[in-house]
Amino acid sequence: MTDSTVSMPGNQPGSGNALLLLLKARTFIALILVVLFFSIAAPNFLSTANLVIMSKHVALNAFLAIGMTFVIVSGGIDLSVGSIVGLCGMVAGWLLLHGINPGFGWSIQFNTFEICLIVIAVGVLVGALNAFLITKLNVAPFIATLGTLYIARGSAMLSSDGRTFPNLNGNPEYGSDTFRWIGAGDMLGIPVSIWMLVIVGLGAAYIARRTPLGRYIYAVGGNEKAAGLSGVRVTQIKYFVYMFSGFCAALVGIIIASQLVAAHPATGDTFELNAIAAAVLGGTSMSGGRGRIGGTIVGAFVIGVLSDGLVMMGVSAFWQTVIKGIVIVAAVVIDQAQQRVQARVALQAQAALGK
Amino acid sequence: MTRPAEAHPVGLSIRDGTKVYPGTVALRDVNFDLRMGAVNVLVGENGAGKSTMMKVIAGVERLTSGRLILDGQEVEFRSTDDAARHGIGIVFQELNLFPNLSVAENIFISREKTRFGIDIDKAKQREMTRALMKRLEHDIDPDALVGDLKVGQQQIVEIAKSLAQDARILILDEPTSALSAAEVEILFRVIDDLRASGVGIVYISHRMEELIRVGDYITVLRDGVITGAQSMEGVDIPWIVRHMIGQASKDFAKEIEHDFGPEIFRAEHVTAPNRHGGFDVRDVSFSLRAGEILGIYGLMGAGRSELLECIIGERRDYRGEFFVEGARLTAQGVAGRIARGIALIPEDRKTDGLVQILSIRENMTLSSLSAFTRGVHMSLKREAETVRDFIRRMTVKVASPEHEVSSLSGGNQQKVVISKALMTNPKILLMDEPSRGIDIGAKAEVFRVMRKLAAEGLGIVFVTSDLEEVMSLSDRIIVMSNGRITGEFNRDEATETALVEASAKGHTPDISAEPVTEDAAR
Repeated sequence: MTDSTVSMPGNQPGSGNALLLLLKARTFIALILVVLFFSIAAPNFLSTANLVIMSKHVALNAFLAIGMTFVIVSGGIDLSVGSIVGLCGMVAGWLLLHGINPGFGWSIQFNTFEICLIVIAVGVLVGALNAFLITKLNVAPFIATLGTLYIARGSAMLSSDGRTFPNLNGNPEYGSDTFRWIGAGDMLGIPVSIWMLVIVGLGAAYIARRTPLGRYIYAVGGNEKAAGLSGVRVTQIKYFVYMFSGFCAALVGIIIASQLVAAHPATGDTFELNAIAAAVLGGTSMSGGRGRIGGTIVGAFVIGVLSDGLVMMGVSAFWQTVIKGIVIVAAVVIDQAQQRVQARVALQAQAALGK
Repeated sequence: MTRPAEAHPVGLSIRDGTKVYPGTVALRDVNFDLRMGAVNVLVGENGAGKSTMMKVIAGVERLTSGRLILDGQEVEFRSTDDAARHGIGIVFQELNLFPNLSVAENIFISREKTRFGIDIDKAKQREMTRALMKRLEHDIDPDALVGDLKVGQQQIVEIAKSLAQDARILILDEPTSALSAAEVEILFRVIDDLRASGVGIVYISHRMEELIRVGDYITVLRDGVITGAQSMEGVDIPWIVRHMIGQASKDFAKEIEHDFGPEIFRAEHVTAPNRHGGFDVRDVSFSLRAGEILGIYGLMGAGRSELLECIIGERRDYRGEFFVEGARLTAQGVAGRIARGIALIPEDRKTDGLVQILSIRENMTLSSLSAFTRGVHMSLKREAETVRDFIRRMTVKVASPEHEVSSLSGGNQQKVVISKALMTNPKILLMDEPSRGIDIGAKAEVFRVMRKLAAEGLGIVFVTSDLEEVMSLSDRIIVMSNGRITGEFNRDEATETALVEASAKGHTPDISAEPVTEDAAR
């Protein structure tokens, strides 16, 4: 929330302002540069087919990164999202293949919509567990979500003894044959998962900018004590951010299971790190209170475009990892510079007022 | 106790010392002599410059202009280490200890006793610590973790740390604020001992009886200027108070004459426990009328801030009842209390009052976003309008409301905090040290705002340790000490001496019996 949403009179134009604007738009500039580079270096990079495939890849990370942004802005961290992706995929697979068996010799079957609702409920529930551990039991977010990372992953493994649920084509009798559409279908030529990303992204940005809830998330991350003394219900805010992060992870679990028409319990391993990377690249401060949804989505695109582009160029996967690391560190270094320039500009403007 | 001046040579002196911070002058041309083998007491109100002067001597801060003379030679201390090498030790009011390390490790931190410069000689450190503790008559295990000790014991460790450095000059900044009467007695014996061995001691305290008992020389500071310096002979409490307050009154706002409304708030038998099995607040009852300014005077740790924390609902571990406009306050938590018309302006602006990285606008409206919200949608336009309106009304000097609040000066930051509270349309305003850390001009403005709000029918409870402030702003004054109300005065019957005496009840080391004063307000 660093830029101004209302223009105020008395904004002093200064030497720092042009530089500041450049620094603020850095992630976007990076994205343009990366796209330009690969469109020259890698043939077919700008073909429609490739762009569609690439954006499908990016969307998965972007969902997680949106949820992660709220968590980090509130001053926390959520390491469990990758495991929630795996667990939710397995729940979806189980429901498609077996339904729920109450043990009376018959089972309850669900249609696609119901399956999605149940899976999302599972993701949100794990998020609520995170929030419970953090707020009521006072466990540090890093440890609490590290714990649920293992719990969720282990549960996913237990659900199938580590095996894959194959052939998740659904059953027309139960109305679950449309499950594949989520991952494979499209509307107006654009994949369903991208439409979902647009909706979730706009929703999250709206929450962040135009609702008290969003403002409270920033306040809690900036100074929890002051927020509490101002009447912000800190516990509720934390429940929201972790549950929302769980919601985003559940969506990714559903989309991957649908795309692959299978659910594997190891799906989503280390996804949380990519999500954190995208958020940080987009200007989210790990110490809380600062970050934007738009920046995070652009950050996710930079990471996604970078890795897909390097694959197309035939760069080794090992080099890709090194390059990703360099990009993330560079982003944070530039972010520090932006903070310094911004503080200087504000102080200059204040000093110009006279004492 | 007082001996001729020749017996106490001047060890260190400041000549024409001036210290300027951005926006405020903390010390103005002070001339201070520190006498060896004697206790030099230093007294003054909060913000008078006592701590700044000691920080200069201890090498924490450097003078903007002026000279520091040690044993006849001009010196300049670049750091506390530098000062320590010259034999100057300081015990800060805020303890500088590592709670995760042992007592012995704390005492010898960065001066570890080693074998061959590598291996820490723990046995030797332990032994020396034991010797120090014996001298201080405290039975503290050298291997105990400092974090496990009581605050009073931690203060002893801090004193031991200075003793271990063989300081020739020892500065004690409010050393007794966390000590019990018995512990104070021991400390005084140690001070006598040190004095006899020629150590020059600077002793800062707000407790007048202590000063008169332990001091040989006294220096009084007011607004960065020394207003009195002499040997302790003939000095009594009225003398000290006179020099602390002075004749020239600060620029307080003229009172706006208005009648009080009906009772708007009442507290009944509020008691809150502290972490060490005692009580922060004991059986406090008072009432407040609309349009009335109630001042709560007391020393640090008297339970004033804790009382406000109970009222605003940040603390929930208290017993007792609150009533707003006659109706019992059942809402738990800060949000519920704000909704009932209570607002708090916290003591520590930086950590409790503001979210530093958010903008001025976002800080101002944090408590009152619902006023701009329909359903879930927040009107940024109406928010910006309200913020602009408050910036004008409170005369906050800002370049743009979108700048981070941390770019403002202390006084302007305080106005942002007050605006935040006022935006919730409170009926009762709680202000904890509203003038702390802001310059005189901003203070006067804050006081004017308080007067105006009271005239508009707001009930204000404000906490301060500034005598002059409480005397000139309050319609009624409550004095707290040790968690209890130890005095209540109407505006016309309050005197400085009476307030100071009431605020020291339960602290005077000589009193061994339980100093109970049950004249609770009504």
